[in-house]
Amino acid sequence: MTFDILLQYFLSGITSGSIYAIVAIGFNIIYNTTGIINFAQGEFVMLGAMIAISLSGYMPLPAAIAGAVLLTSVVGALVELLFIRWLKNPTVLRMVIITIGVSILLKEAALHIWDEKVRSLRYFSGNECSSISLFGAHVSPQVLWVLLTCAVVVVFLSLFFKHTLIGRSMRACSANRTASVLCGINAKNMVTFSFMLSAAIGALAGCVISPLTQTHYECGTPLAIKGFTVAILGGLGNSSAAVLAGLLLGIIEAASISILPVAFKDVIAISVLLAILFFRPSGLFGSKEEGRLKEF
Amino acid sequence: MALLEISGLNRSFGGLHAVNNVGFSVAQGMIKGLIGPNGAGKTTLFNLISGVIAADSGSITFNGKSIYNVPPYKIAACGIMRTFQNIKLFATMTVLENVMVGVHRKSSAGFLSGLCNYPRSWNEEKRIRRNALEILDMLGIVHLASCDALGIAFGQQRYVELARALAGEPTLLLLDEPAAGLNMQETARLGETIRDIRSRGVTVLLVEHDMSLVMNVSDEINVLSFGKMIAEGKPRDIQKNPEVIKVYLGDGDA
Amino acid sequence: MNVKRYLPLFILVSLAVAVQLLVTLTGQAFYLTQLTMSAYYTIVIIGLCMLMGYAGQISLGHAGFFAIGGYVSAALTTADMTGMASGGWGRILQKTGCIITVNDIYGANICRLNPWLAFAAAVAATVIIAYCIGGPVLRLKGHYLAMATLGFGSIIYKIVLGAKIFGGADGISGVPSFTLAGRLSVNGNIDARISNYYIAWAGVALATFLMHNLVNSRAGRALRAIHGNEEAAGAMGINTARYKLNLFVLSAVFASIAGIFLTHYNGGIGPSEASVMKSVRYVAIVAVGGMANLWGAILAGIILNFLSLRGYFGSFDEAVFGSILVIMMLFAPQGLLVKPGWGIRLFAWTRKTGGGSGHGAA
Repeated sequence: MTFDILLQYFLSGITSGSIYAIVAIGFNIIYNTTGIINFAQGEFVMLGAMIAISLSGYMPLPAAIAGAVLLTSVVGALVELLFIRWLKNPTVLRMVIITIGVSILLKEAALHIWDEKVRSLRYFSGNECSSISLFGAHVSPQVLWVLLTCAVVVVFLSLFFKHTLIGRSMRACSANRTASVLCGINAKNMVTFSFMLSAAIGALAGCVISPLTQTHYECGTPLAIKGFTVAILGGLGNSSAAVLAGLLLGIIEAASISILPVAFKDVIAISVLLAILFFRPSGLFGSKEEGRLKEF
Repeated sequence: MALLEISGLNRSFGGLHAVNNVGFSVAQGMIKGLIGPNGAGKTTLFNLISGVIAADSGSITFNGKSIYNVPPYKIAACGIMRTFQNIKLFATMTVLENVMVGVHRKSSAGFLSGLCNYPRSWNEEKRIRRNALEILDMLGIVHLASCDALGIAFGQQRYVELARALAGEPTLLLLDEPAAGLNMQETARLGETIRDIRSRGVTVLLVEHDMSLVMNVSDEINVLSFGKMIAEGKPRDIQKNPEVIKVYLGDGDA
Repeated sequence: MNVKRYLPLFILVSLAVAVQLLVTLTGQAFYLTQLTMSAYYTIVIIGLCMLMGYAGQISLGHAGFFAIGGYVSAALTTADMTGMASGGWGRILQKTGCIITVNDIYGANICRLNPWLAFAAAVAATVIIAYCIGGPVLRLKGHYLAMATLGFGSIIYKIVLGAKIFGGADGISGVPSFTLAGRLSVNGNIDARISNYYIAWAGVALATFLMHNLVNSRAGRALRAIHGNEEAAGAMGINTARYKLNLFVLSAVFASIAGIFLTHYNGGIGPSEASVMKSVRYVAIVAVGGMANLWGAILAGIILNFLSLRGYFGSFDEAVFGSILVIMMLFAPQGLLVKPGWGIRLFAWTRKTGGGSGHGAA
């Protein structure tokens, strides 16, 4: 195996890995604030891309993407307001089923608003034929956009959670909801905001990956499964570990193509998920105690 | 040799040494009380004996066989049945059905037999039902048999839990604060019931806060404080023991 | 044994007969096809209802077991055994009926594996897989459990979609009929419509009979105890892990057998039967009927499957089940037929008139 091919796998791996990482971060944000695992996370990614594609017919690309991110975060807020906010002490099981149901509704809504055709957003720079030479491997410039987006999201979020009032309020909520309410934080709004934030970064991820992987109404579900796998792999709630875990999964997946038929690529991610759940639910970087699920 | 022998038992939760090198024994046919102020580690000790949590070190032997860190269902199979401080009756089942579950260890029909409803399991079902009704009768609550288990009065629920534990024909009965929430008359009646249970050959180990009950009913009492066993002896001696008094009432400048 | 406890079962059987007569006599016999398919799906529902209601385990991968049953029996019965028939063992296999000769559509003789052997192999595969998966999965709780079962279902889906022996995206077709006894056989022939309807509903009746027995037995009590308070159940001597696992495997076998029979009925199977959507659909139906409510689940299963198969939901089929799921969980998490009290009264009544283990009047 030559260096070029290895590099090719590596780059392909970290590209998809970055997307998984962003989806995982979306899971973590909502999980940290509420203890819920939002199965509809993948649909936010899909919606972001679909909306951007529709908008890009009427406005320049950056505006379309901004519009898509905005609209998707509104969808996220709506999801929280309609389905989550007014539940009193729901059991975990109930929440799981509700978010699964919501993801189905979003998927079917997308099917009926757009259609089942596969689409993709325009390449951010260049087109599908352009390629950049990187240490001997040829990559589409879009790959660099993906990596850049991931880095920006991670940096932005760490700054956001450390230095802004809202960010700190959300962290307070996740550490101890009652105490933060007693401090005057409106916990319910924090929950809504966490959904909006997750939806926004999911939408951004959807936009940036769309030229490479194409978008269709069903593309959210496999992303959700892989994003969840990455979130657990890194330790649920731990976003920096999620990035590492995402890159790891991406590379494993990319490398697996050399052994398994392509049709079974997804099986790798799911097998990793099952292995982690069975043997080390606290993830690679989490402690045993963090492996216990948070109370909602 | 005593029925239940514990030695050097230890269990910590992080920095809290909840059970600290505890050792004692319970002889066959005795009623032993376990007392101590709040946070002394009594419930933890109980949970260690009944297998709900695992010990860090030490040994627990029952009838000569080690039950150290054995899962709860196996401990029940050995003949140790228990009640719970916060009553844990089975929701969605009636009082009778709850007690019938207690007979589980003394019956054997399995999944296949359950699915197919073999005639030869009918006799066992009848026996289970009969046993359960007998125990309910013995405890004076047979009139509640078809009531929803969570729909009866608290004091009655305690008796149902007791019936359920007795239905398994235990050799050793663990009672976790059985008098909690009972008034004086109910507590006195409970004391008589416990003596009655002992007269049927069941050894009893009970954790309790209610001093009148414990002092009246126990043959021997062990006192726990901050995870350590600080006294062991007959009720009258325990009452006079200065260590015990200090632990409950403090050093006091009277 | 108190026959009264089986009264609802007799009602079910009589209703099945009544519907069949009604439908045939009014010349709308084509409804029988969907009713037959609904029956097989209802068998899956019955197993899942027990699992979700009594072991409290959500399974988002039950379509996977349905698919294992269907695909294994389909693959085995459509495999060309001519090679084996002519070998040294060939004569023995043919004499013992392991390999049978059928006429294919061109009139030539081809050798196929005896459907009963395929049936046994499919069920065996299901049992093995369910035991292997069930052990670790049932130790998980809440979200993790749901995701693990979802993952399992997804793996099965990907395997049947991707593997050539399972026909890839086209699935397997040309699955032969399954002769049960004498003239009774499971197939899609129009002339056999009525007998197939009864075979399917006999299956439902049998599944209901078995589960109903289980609920009222010592094992059923143990399961209900685990559901009521798992810690106390363990303290009473019940090996909770083993009981949950056995129930999991049982519900998997129900799904698998339903898959086998439906595949023979339809003459084929496709990867959509293993999809997550199918699993979600099963969960939605159980949620509507009430999780521990056997009769509720059966009723919901029949109605919803029938409507879906008749196409009443049109292109909104998945959306309907998704909405059902959400609405049920938001407003009536114990199930529809439990809320107004009818379902539970019906269920409680069947338990009250129960025989040896019923609790009736003391």
